[in-house]
Amino acid sequence: MTDTHISLAKGAAAAPADDAVVPGPDTSLATEAPPGREKRAAGTWTVYILLGVILGWIWYLDHDFVEAPTLMAFVKKAAPLLVLAAGQYLVIVAGEFDLSVGSLVGAQVVIAAKLLDGEDDRTLAVLAVMVGFGVLVGLVNGLITTLLKVPSFIATLGMMMVLFGAVRLWTGGAPTGALSERFRTIGRGGIDTDLWGLRQVPWSVLIAIAVGVIAVLIMRTSFGRTLVALGDNPTAARFSAVKVERTRIAAFVMSSLAATLAGILIGGFGGLTSRVGDGLEFTAITAVVLGGVVLGGGRGSVLAAMAGGLTLEAVFRLFRQFEWETTWQPTVQGVIIVAAVAYASWRPSLHVPTWPWRPTTPGSSDPSGGEPCDDVPPAP
Amino acid sequence: MTATLPPVAPEAPQPAPTPAHRAQLGTTAIVFLAWIATFAIGYLLVRRDGGNLWSQANRVKMLTGMSLLGFVAIGQTLVILCRSLDLSVGYVVAWSSLVAATQMKGDGGRLVQAVVLALGVAALVGLANGLIITKLRVNPFIATLGTGLMIKGYLDTKYQGPAGSVSDSFQQFGYTRIWFVPLSTIVMVVVAVVAILVLRKTALGYRMFAVGGNDEVATHSGIRTHRTLIAAHVLCSLAAGVAGLLIAARYGTGDARVYDDGLDLDSIAAVVLGGTLLLGGRGSVAGTVAGVGILAVLDTVFDALEVDPFFKDVVRGAVIVVAVALYARRQIDRRSTRQRFTRAGAER
Amino acid sequence: MRRRTTRSLAVLAVLGLALASACSSDDPDEATDSGGDTTEAAGDDGGDGGGGDGAAEGEFFVQADYDNQLAQRDVEPEGDAETPWLQAIEPEEADTAEFALDGAGTLCFSNASISNPWRQTGWITMQQQVEVLTEEGVIDDFQVADAADDDSKQISDIEAFVDSGECDALIISPSTTATLTPAVEAACESGIPVIVFDRGVNTDCMVTFIHPIGGYAYGADGAEFLVENLEPGSTVLALRILPGVDVLENRWAAAQEIFADSELEILGDEFTEGDGANIKDIVTQYIEQGDVDGIWMDAGDGAVSALEAFEDAGVDYPVFVGEDELSFMRKWDETGITAIAPVYSNFQWRTPILAAQAIWAGEPVPSEWVLPQDPITEDDLGDYLERNEDMPSLHYAKFGGEDLPGFPEAWQDR
Repeated sequence: MTDTHISLAKGAAAAPADDAVVPGPDTSLATEAPPGREKRAAGTWTVYILLGVILGWIWYLDHDFVEAPTLMAFVKKAAPLLVLAAGQYLVIVAGEFDLSVGSLVGAQVVIAAKLLDGEDDRTLAVLAVMVGFGVLVGLVNGLITTLLKVPSFIATLGMMMVLFGAVRLWTGGAPTGALSERFRTIGRGGIDTDLWGLRQVPWSVLIAIAVGVIAVLIMRTSFGRTLVALGDNPTAARFSAVKVERTRIAAFVMSSLAATLAGILIGGFGGLTSRVGDGLEFTAITAVVLGGVVLGGGRGSVLAAMAGGLTLEAVFRLFRQFEWETTWQPTVQGVIIVAAVAYASWRPSLHVPTWPWRPTTPGSSDPSGGEPCDDVPPAP
Repeated sequence: MTATLPPVAPEAPQPAPTPAHRAQLGTTAIVFLAWIATFAIGYLLVRRDGGNLWSQANRVKMLTGMSLLGFVAIGQTLVILCRSLDLSVGYVVAWSSLVAATQMKGDGGRLVQAVVLALGVAALVGLANGLIITKLRVNPFIATLGTGLMIKGYLDTKYQGPAGSVSDSFQQFGYTRIWFVPLSTIVMVVVAVVAILVLRKTALGYRMFAVGGNDEVATHSGIRTHRTLIAAHVLCSLAAGVAGLLIAARYGTGDARVYDDGLDLDSIAAVVLGGTLLLGGRGSVAGTVAGVGILAVLDTVFDALEVDPFFKDVVRGAVIVVAVALYARRQIDRRSTRQRFTRAGAER
Repeated sequence: MRRRTTRSLAVLAVLGLALASACSSDDPDEATDSGGDTTEAAGDDGGDGGGGDGAAEGEFFVQADYDNQLAQRDVEPEGDAETPWLQAIEPEEADTAEFALDGAGTLCFSNASISNPWRQTGWITMQQQVEVLTEEGVIDDFQVADAADDDSKQISDIEAFVDSGECDALIISPSTTATLTPAVEAACESGIPVIVFDRGVNTDCMVTFIHPIGGYAYGADGAEFLVENLEPGSTVLALRILPGVDVLENRWAAAQEIFADSELEILGDEFTEGDGANIKDIVTQYIEQGDVDGIWMDAGDGAVSALEAFEDAGVDYPVFVGEDELSFMRKWDETGITAIAPVYSNFQWRTPILAAQAIWAGEPVPSEWVLPQDPITEDDLGDYLERNEDMPSLHYAKFGGEDLPGFPEAWQDR
C-alpha cells in the first residue's frame, strides 16, 4: 500500500536539536529531491486490489449489486467521502492533520440552511458565502499552524471545537431555515438518463470525478511537489521559508474547500439534520490511510486516497450483507484499518515509517517530523 | 528534544539532571501559574456576576471535575512522552466500568475480584495497543483508533448502555469527601505523584523520555524501545481503567455510553495544555494535572456564569490553541538561541 | 519471518484473551440483546422469518410497565385539555405543605443537555414559562446547569446545587436513568424538594416525577398504526438512532412486542445515529433488495431523509411512523402519505416550573405526574401545521407554548 522507498529524513537533520552528538542524518539530504511520482505512487495498487476484492465479495453475496442503478447509488453516497479524502490527502501528504473537516461540513450545512431559508434565488450567493467561509477556516488553520507554530493536530482540534460551538451558538443549537431545492440538486440530483437502466447520473459522482482529476493535476504541479517535499523533509523545503508557509496554508485551504464541497453534497443528499458531519474527520483520515497514504506524509497518491474512501464505504456495505448486528460494525471497521496499515508496514520490500518514526539508518526517513516543536503530526 | 539525553550516546543509560528537566520545570511552573491565573480571572468574573467561585459547592465541583479526566490524562501523558498517543482511552474507561460493575453485582465481597478484572482488561487493551504499534508496526493514531472501534462494537453489542451494579462500599470512592476534597481527586493526585516518581526516578521513566526524545540514540544506548512503549501503553490503559472504576463508583453501575464523553481528545488537550510536547521526549505529569485543573476551572466558571454550553466549546477550543501557541513560542525562543547557527536552514 | 508471525499471533491472542476474559467472567443477567434477537431471527435470509419470534425480553422490557403504559393511553386525563401540560393521568397526590414558601423562591435546574432539537425546543418553552412566573413574583432566581450529556458532570452539577444551599426547589432532567440515581437520592436527602422530569431515575424519593406516558406507549402507537394500515405479510424496516439509550430502547421493545403478534415481516432494525445521509443510504439499500412497505422509527430525526430515499429510488412511499417534528409533518402534508406522528409531549418542559410553583404554595402535586401523550394523526395534521406555521423545521409541534409571552419569536429566532 505504501511506497517501496522510504521517504527522506523529514526534519531528521533537526531531529535531536542542538547539543547532542547524535549519529543522525546530515544536511546533505537537504538537497535530495523528494521521491518522484512513480515511486510515491508505487505500492498504492494494494488499495485497488482490496477494493476489487470487497466489491467482488459484495457481488458474490448479492448479484444485484453490479446493476448500474445500485452501483451508481453506492458511488453517489460515497461521493462526499471521496471529496473529503482528496482534501485530507493534500494535508496528510504534507505531514499534517486536519481534524476540523467534520465540524466544517456540519457548519457549512447549517450556514447554508440559515442563509437560504429555502429560497432558490439565494442559492448562488449562499454558495459563494460558503466558499468564502471555507477559505477563511482553511486560512486560519494554516496560519495557526505556520505562524503560531501550533502542531496541526492541536490547531485543527481547536478549530473543530470552535466551529462546533460557534455554529450552534449562532443558530440556538439546532439548524434553522431550510436548504433550497436548487442547493439540494447538487447533492441529490443529476442528469436524467435512461442509459444502462440508470435513472440519473448524479452530479455528486461527476463532481467527485472532477475533484479527483483536479487533485491529480495539482499534485503534478510544482505546488504538489512542494507539498510532498514538506511531508518528506521539512528542513529541505524550508530553504524557501515563505514558499513552505504558503504551500502549507494552501493545503489547509484546499482541505477546507473540499470539506465545503462535501458539505454541499451531504446537505443535498441527506437533507437537514442536526448531527451532520459528526465524526467525519476520522472517517476521512481512515479512508486516506486505507489508501496507503502514510500519516506523516510524503507517500501515496490522491487517487489511492479516494479509492480508500470507496473501499471504506464498500466495507460498510459488505458488512450489511452479512446480516450481523449493526452494532458490530465498528469492530469490523477497527480490525480492517489496523490490518490494512499493518499489512502495508509488513510488505517485505518496504521500509515504512512506523513508530517510533526515526531513521534507522542515516538518510532514511522520518516522516513524523523529527523536531520537537515541529508543526507536524504527533504520531504518523 | 535531545536535551533530555546525556550528551554522549552509547553508554549505559544513567538518569541525570539535564537541561530538559530544568526546561520542563520552567514550563510546568508556567502551567501552574496559568492555572492560578485562570482561577483568578474566573473568580473576578464570577464575583462580578454575584457569585463566588471559591464557594464550597464550586470548590467541590472543580476538584471533582479533575479526578476523572485526571486519571485518563496522566496515562495519556506517558504515551505522548513516548511519542505515541492513545485514542482508545474512552472505550477502555467504558469497558472497565462495565466489567467492574457486572462482576461486583452489588456485592461488597466481590469487590476485589471485580476491580482486579476491570484493571486486567484495561491492561490487556494497553498491551494490545503496544504490540500493534511495535510489532505490527501500525502508527498509534490508527492503532488506537482501531482498538477503540473494536471495543466499541463489542460494548454496543453486549451491553447497550448501563449494566451491572456496584456495592455501596465501592460507591464511596465516587462520593466520599475529606472536607471539600473528593476522595477520587486525592487518589488521582497520588497516582500523579507515583507517575512523576516513575518518570523521574526509575529507569523505565528515563527510558520513556529517551524513547520519545530520540529513539535512535535510545536504541544505541541499549534501551529496549519496544518494551518501553508497550509499558507506557499498558500504564496508560491502566490509568483509564482506574477512571472506569471511578465511573462505576459514581454511577453505581457501569455504562458503555461513557465513550461518547470525549475523554480521548480532552485528555490530549490537557496533556498539551500541561506543556508536554506532542512529539514526545519532553513533558511532565505535574503539568498535565495543572492542565486538567485549568479545564476544570474553566468548566466551573462557565457553569457559574451560566454560559451557553456552545460558547463553552468555542472558548475551550480557543484556549487550547492559544495555550499551545504560547508554549510553542516559548520553545522556539529557547531553542533558537542555541540552534541558529548550527545547521544552515535547520533553524526551526 | 517466524518472529513476525509469532508477534502477530501474540497480538491476536491478546485480543482474543481480552474478549474471552470479559465474556466468561461476565454475568449478563440483565443485559440481553433485546434488539438483536429480532434481527437474527428475521434477518438471516434477507428478511424471511418475520417478526414471529424474538419478542423483547430483558433489561429494556418490563411487561408490567408495558401493559400499564398501553392502558394509560386510553385513560381520560384529569384537567383541562386546553392545557395538556397541566393534565395528569390517574394522579396520586403528594403532600407538599412542608415545602411551602413565603415570597419568591430560587429555582434550580440540572439539565442533561440541549444537544438535540427536541430538547432545544423544550428549553425555550421552559424559559418562557419561567419568565411568566418571574413576572408574577413567584421565582426570583433561576439557576441552570447544563451537563452536555455527560453523566459524571450532571452528578457534579446536582451535588453543587445541593451544597450551595441556595435552591428552594431542584428540577432534574437526568441524562441517564440508572447512573443518576445515587445523585438524585442524595439531593432528596438534603431536604430540597426535587422534581424529576423527562427520563426518570430508579428511586421515588422525589416529590414528583413528571413524564408523558412513556416509551412503550410511544413505540406501540407507531407499531400499532403500521399493523392497522398494512396488509399481512407487508415488510417493515425499523430505523433506530443509538443502542443503549433507555428511552429509545423501550420504544423499540414495545414495537417488537407488537410486531411479534402481527403478520408483518420485519426486514431489520438499523442504527442510524439520526444522520440524514446515513438514513437515506440504509433505506436505499433495503429498497434495492425489495419492497419496503412501512417504516418504523424510534424518533423522528431524519424522517424526511427516509422518505426522500423512496423518491430518489422512484418507488411508492411507505406507511410511515415519524414524530411531531415539523419538517416531517410538512413533508407528510406535502406528499399525502399514510402516516402517524407519535409524540413525546414536548410541553412537558413547562410542567416542572408549574409544579415548583404548586410546591412552594403548599399545594398537592401528583407524586407521579403522567402527562398525556397523544400522537398526531391525519386529522390533527392540518391544525398543528397551522399553529406552527412559521416555526423552524426542527421545531416540535406539541411544544405547548402558544400562550406564552414570547410566542412566536422566542422559538422562531432561536
